[in-house]
Amino acid sequence: MDAASELGWWGVLIAVFGGAIRVSTPYLFVSLGETLTEKGGRVNLGLEGILVMGAMSGYATAVVTGEPWLGVLVAGCAGAALALLHALVCNLPRVNDIAVGISLFIFGTGLAFFLGKAFINPTAPRLPHIELGAWSTYPQIRSALEINVLFIIGAILAPVLAWSLKNTKWGLVLRTAGDSSEATLALGYNLNFVRTLGTVVGGFLSGVGGSFLSLYYPGSWNEGLSSGQGLMAVALVIFARWNPMHCFYVSLLFGGATAIGPALQTIGITSNYYLYGAAPYFLTLALLIYSSSTKHRLAGAPNEVSISR
Amino acid sequence: MSNTAFYRSLEAVVINSAAFILTLLAFGVFVSLFGVNPFDVYYILYLGGFATQISIESTLTQAAPLMLTALCTAIPARAGLLVIGGEGALVVGGVATVLVGVWLTDVPFAIGVPMMALAGAAAGGIWIGAAGALRQYRGVNETIATLLMNYIAIATMNHLVSGPMRDFDQVLKASSWSIPEHLMVGTLPGLDVHWGLATGIVVCVVLYVLMRRTTFGFGVDVLGGNQRAAQMAGLPINKMVILCCFMGGAAAGLAGTMEVIAVHGFASDSLVVGFGYAGILIAFLARQNPLAIILVAILLGGISASGGLLQRRFDLPDATTSVLQGMLFIIVLASNTLYGRMRFLQPKEA
Repeated sequence: MDAASELGWWGVLIAVFGGAIRVSTPYLFVSLGETLTEKGGRVNLGLEGILVMGAMSGYATAVVTGEPWLGVLVAGCAGAALALLHALVCNLPRVNDIAVGISLFIFGTGLAFFLGKAFINPTAPRLPHIELGAWSTYPQIRSALEINVLFIIGAILAPVLAWSLKNTKWGLVLRTAGDSSEATLALGYNLNFVRTLGTVVGGFLSGVGGSFLSLYYPGSWNEGLSSGQGLMAVALVIFARWNPMHCFYVSLLFGGATAIGPALQTIGITSNYYLYGAAPYFLTLALLIYSSSTKHRLAGAPNEVSISR
Repeated sequence: MSNTAFYRSLEAVVINSAAFILTLLAFGVFVSLFGVNPFDVYYILYLGGFATQISIESTLTQAAPLMLTALCTAIPARAGLLVIGGEGALVVGGVATVLVGVWLTDVPFAIGVPMMALAGAAAGGIWIGAAGALRQYRGVNETIATLLMNYIAIATMNHLVSGPMRDFDQVLKASSWSIPEHLMVGTLPGLDVHWGLATGIVVCVVLYVLMRRTTFGFGVDVLGGNQRAAQMAGLPINKMVILCCFMGGAAAGLAGTMEVIAVHGFASDSLVVGFGYAGILIAFLARQNPLAIILVAILLGGISASGGLLQRRFDLPDATTSVLQGMLFIIVLASNTLYGRMRFLQPKEA
């Protein structure tokens, strides 16, 4: 407590910085996942279910095998499997992807709570982090500079995905599927297959994001683990204008905004806690209202995504 | 009933029954993986949801808010919008109800209850109506806007009940002041189910008549089918869209009112239990038809109501019913693809 009061407002800033990195990691993975899904022309609102399922399966694997990284891999695969279900159902004509996403949200969280009941008590090994703050005598600075490895992976993945979407053949095919189904067919690709691939890879990333929640921060498995990061992904992608690099910045911004409330609590300011928590939603809605128009689509939006109209 | 209408209904009944049976099979396979006999589970689902007076009462209690939140998606959907803001509209309606109820301490029941219902419906209606207006005048996508507004509504309520509106006598969890005891509504005569059920059924029937049997409803269907045609016909598109959103939001707001005045007596996070999200799927299962919503809501209410019994009998987690509901939703949505594709279910050419 002494050190906290000593640092004062600097302490708050440092806590917001550390919190931004911690909280933004799941945001980063789900938003990259949703970007890939939407670039292919579909919306997956079921990422929330995938996230929770990823958190559960990752945790359970780590408890059983003692290997947190194996947990991350299993979480990704569980996410990919659920996303495949979404993709296959949406491949049928006249099926609404938003509604299927909400079903998957209910199904995924239900399944995770069902299977995860036995894993609420045991403790799993946590994912490692890298200490960048050993030079400091302040514990706050040290804890803020504990950078988790998944964040670093996500930070590398964002520019890689941005580059691949822009410059590789598969990136072009995926973007074509999202912008014009006719053009995709004209190029000789199977539209449903391309979209399925985008959705499944997106589901894998979201599952990995879920494993962060249970294996690093908060670092346990329980039914109140996710606070809607998966549903938020859809809004975040709009904020990031379907650009993976922007997903990185916006995740940090949202993470920082979410961390303001808890950071202020450390210096005894507890009022408006919930309103700070809702800051990302206010921000996104304001941005959406500001940048929408009845005359044109949102800049950067894939043409065939139902929510860009 | 005309030939076409008969075949349309037959098609819906056949496809939905097939989807329901397929869901039960899939769920049976799922539970048998955990060493439970699926036929025992089916029996318990029936016993816990529909077999006895008590189970029917608890089913109907669960179904009541779902009917109203489903309308929040179904009515705008007829005009071609996809609104997913039932959860937020319910919360906003609940908070408005508490504010009015606390303000009206001294008025008699016969005035206080309609005032609270009006407040809840107006709050929910304005909430979703605003999303409709944003779409019409600003081009803001209503699906995303209402999703974000859910979070904003829930956070605002949490803020209010943990600070400005907090009742500090309630120590177990943060909740708002309670409305006066004499303004709480009881149960329906002869049935241990609160008045929310009657409200839900009446609102569903009224909106069915409005959407299916009036010129306004016909205009909305034209708009939902083809916006360009509606424009050519000179329909007031903006007003119709906003009105549909308002009515849907008002129904969900009323669900919040009923949860407050018939169940909790105050606003708290007990209002946020997923009625809004389940309502979206009920609307889709009912193919946006308000009368079908009543039946689908009762079916899903039954599944939720049997959750406790499933847990006690087989030691299955309470999330079992979510798994079943999730399966049902996914399979029924997938079955949507069958409409118009089965030759024997199509109207015969004259």
